[in-house]
Order: sequence, then structure tokens, then C-alpha cells
Amino acid sequence: MNVFAHVGRATIGLLREVGRLSVFTADAVTSFVRPPIYWSLVAKQIMRIGYNSLPVVGLTAFFTGGVLALQIYIGTARYGAEQFVPTVVLIGILRELGPVIAGLMVAGRVAAAIAAELGTMRVTEQIDALTTLATRPIKYLVVPRLMAALISMPILVGIADCIGVAGGYVAATQSLGFTGSIYLSTTVQALNHADVISGLIKAVVFGFLIALMGTYNGFHSKGGAQGVGAATTNAVVSASILILASNYVLTNIFNFFNF
Amino acid sequence: MNSVASMAKVELKGVKKRFGKKVVLDGLDLTIERGQSLVVIGGSGTGKSVMIKCVLGILRPDAGEIYVDGQEVTRLSGRARDAYLRKFGMLFQGAALFDSLPVWENVAFGLIQGRGMGRKQAREIAFEKLAKVGLGPDVGALSPSELSGGMQKRVGLARAIAADPEIIFFDEPTTGLDPIMSDIINDLIVATRSTGTTALSITHDLVSARKIADRIAMLYKGKIIWDGPTAEIDHSGNPYVDQFIHGRATGPIKMEVKA
Repeated sequence: MNVFAHVGRATIGLLREVGRLSVFTADAVTSFVRPPIYWSLVAKQIMRIGYNSLPVVGLTAFFTGGVLALQIYIGTARYGAEQFVPTVVLIGILRELGPVIAGLMVAGRVAAAIAAELGTMRVTEQIDALTTLATRPIKYLVVPRLMAALISMPILVGIADCIGVAGGYVAATQSLGFTGSIYLSTTVQALNHADVISGLIKAVVFGFLIALMGTYNGFHSKGGAQGVGAATTNAVVSASILILASNYVLTNIFNFFNF
Repeated sequence: MNSVASMAKVELKGVKKRFGKKVVLDGLDLTIERGQSLVVIGGSGTGKSVMIKCVLGILRPDAGEIYVDGQEVTRLSGRARDAYLRKFGMLFQGAALFDSLPVWENVAFGLIQGRGMGRKQAREIAFEKLAKVGLGPDVGALSPSELSGGMQKRVGLARAIAADPEIIFFDEPTTGLDPIMSDIINDLIVATRSTGTTALSITHDLVSARKIADRIAMLYKGKIIWDGPTAEIDHSGNPYVDQFIHGRATGPIKMEVKA
């Protein structure tokens, strides 16, 4: 096997995929402002993406907040700085763990579901059928999901933030001996609008990436059941990686602007 | 210049399409006259479905021109493409019904989404078309997954004729059906053409082809190798056509089977 040929083919394949994703993204984003917008489908997708994700996001946020409090306590106790537990839990949840945990959970649940649904529609020619019925598949299938994710994710993350902080409160008061009123007053005093907003901005970006990866992989799935399975796996893996990578980039940007 | 009345309804000139190294359409020329029923026969993988998808704009040909009512259509986009697609109805091989919608909404989909018709009026038309294909109003509320293959084909046919299109494409309309249901579908296809609709069907089923076609063309290796009135197919003098219609394993058509 010629190594150079192998690397060359892989590079061309990667560039082709990036190009195809760019065209798909541009098509989807420009379709946001072109009528018709299927508002009933947007509402339906908000229920699926947002409302139906609440239990899993809420549970993970609660336990993450609790574990965060326990772990931070171990670290701060070494220096006699246990009083910072509520503040660090708050910042950790609002800026990082709220959006990231919610993003990863929604990626696993929603990106997979979107990719499987659209992938099945692709291999059973339902997407082609949409075209023959003078309906643009991007507008009918992709735009409502993207819009719903953009609307749902900040709301989900806001709720996850509250539940995560509550998880920290429960752990601190039940296991670490904190007084509830002091924990809460410290948390309220530490609350900063920049922490909240930076987390919500991340949520919007993560929502877009989740829906984009789900729709893109589903839309371009090939073959039968195996192709749909591959599309589903690719959607979850790519959405998860992009969430973590974009989280790093966004955090750097926020740090650069002292936000 | 030809008048609209005398010009072909659909005309493909030198259409080429390849996927990677595999050449599927290799300079295909085909004409369908207004109000005619043309059936294209040919083995599996000879490019029959690709040809239809090129006409519908689902796939873009690599080269060649496609005219519908004298208008070149391969580069249409936006609203011009939507208006163009409103001329067509299509029955897909697997019916391609939308799983998420009940039967009547499947039939009414093109009217509601593609033409902006009110739901009430579209519903009435949907039930009227369902009755035309022999399905009662009780079927309208069912989900496509609750229907047998033959019933799904009938619903697909009702959807294809819902908007009274000028041109209907039938992709393997009888594949996978028992002989009696095949004949019922053939009768329905013949009945849909009573209004002078132009029809293009692709099939392997010679019984079906003889029943629904005014003219038959044979596609082999990306080109039309024979084209003539249905009555002449048994005396085509073309060894490829003879082998195909008699279903002989030996002859000029070699199946590409890898040992």
C-alpha cells in the first residue's frame, strides 16, 4: 500500500466532507430567513428536543452539582477555604458543567434521534418524496430542528444550572455540614451576570451543533439499516467532540474579553 | 420554433451521470410525448431510477439537457424549481409514505405544503383520491405502518395524483406485490391516465409494462438501446430486448457477478 496515496485519499475525503458540511450549513442557515417557516414543526421539535430532555438533563445536573460540591470541598479543605464551596460550585455549574453536561446529554439523546429519523427517511426515499411534493427538505426537516435546538438549549441549560446548584446545596448541607441559609446567601452573593450569560451563549452554540450534526448525518446517510446506524453514531460522536472543542474555544474567547 | 402543443412533454438529451467511477447514465436520449405513457424497462442497476431523479432535480446530471414543456430544467432553483415540481406526481417503489403523518395527510401533503391549500379542503380531496384508489375513509386516519404493502402502494398512488399533476412517474409500481394486487395497481395507473396525463414508468415487470404502456424503451448500460410501440416489443429484432423480455440467462446481456 502506497502510504502517500492513502494519506492523499484521506485528505481529499476530509476536505470533501468539510465542503459538504459547509454547503449544508449555509443552506440551512440562509433558509432561516426565507419563508415559509413551519412554526408548528418548530413547536413540535421544541417539545421533543427541550421538554423531553428535561428528565435526563435535570438528573445529570443534580448529581453533577452534588459531586462537584463534594470534590471542591476536598480541595478547599486542604487550605481551610471550605467557605468557597458555594461560589466555586456556582461558577463551575454556570460557566462549564451546566452547558457541557446538558450539551452532551442532549447530543446523546437528540442528535441520535434526529440522525436516525432523517436517516430512515433518506433510505426509504421519504426525503426524495418531499422534493417531488414541491417541499424543500432543508426547510421542512432541518430548519425546524435547528430552530428548536437554538430555543430549547438555553432554557434547558438555565434549568440545569438551577438544578445543579441545588445538587451542590443538597450535598453541602447533607454531607458536608454546611448551614443551608449560609450556603444559599453565599451563592446569591456570588451570582454574576457574566457567568450566567457566558453559559447561555455556550448553550446556544451547543444547541446549533447538536441539531446540525444530527440533521447533517441523517440527511446524508446511505444504504440501509447499517447506513442509518453509522449516521446515528457519527452524529453523536461528532456533536460531542464539537461541543467539547467549541467549549474550549468559547472559554478562551470569554477569557480574552474578561467576560 | 415549435408550438407548445407539438413539443415533447419531456425530453432528455445526452444525459450523463456517474457515481465515482461507475457510469450510470451514458448520454441518454429519451422523448416522451404529451399524454403518452412510456415504460422504461431494464435490469437492476441500469440507471432507471437515476434517470427519473435527474428529471425531478433530486440528482443533477453531470452533462446533458433535460427539457420539460420546452424549458431546460437542470439548473432550476428556488421558486422556479418549486413551480416546476408542481407539474409532477410520483409513486415511489416503496411508496415512501411519511411515517409521522396519518394516511390522509400523506395524500394531502403536496396540496397543503406544496400548494398552500387549506387543511379542510385538502382533506376532502385526499379522501376523494383515496376513494379513487379503492380505499375507504376509515383508512385515512391510519398510520402508514398499519397498512399492507399493496395498500401503501395505493396510498402512494393517491398521493401522486392528489394535485392532478401533468406528469406522473411510477417507480417499479408493482414490485413486491402479488399478481392480483399488481393487476389492481396496473388498472389504477391506466385509470389515472384517463385525463391525458403524461406518464413515465420504470419496471422489470413485463406484464405491467404491456398493460400500462403506449411505448416501451429499454435502458442498458446507461443508454436507450431500443424504443418502440408496446405492440412491437415481441418483434423488436434487438437481441438485448429479446433476452430481457424472455428472461433468458444466456444472451448478449451479461450479469456482472463477481465470483
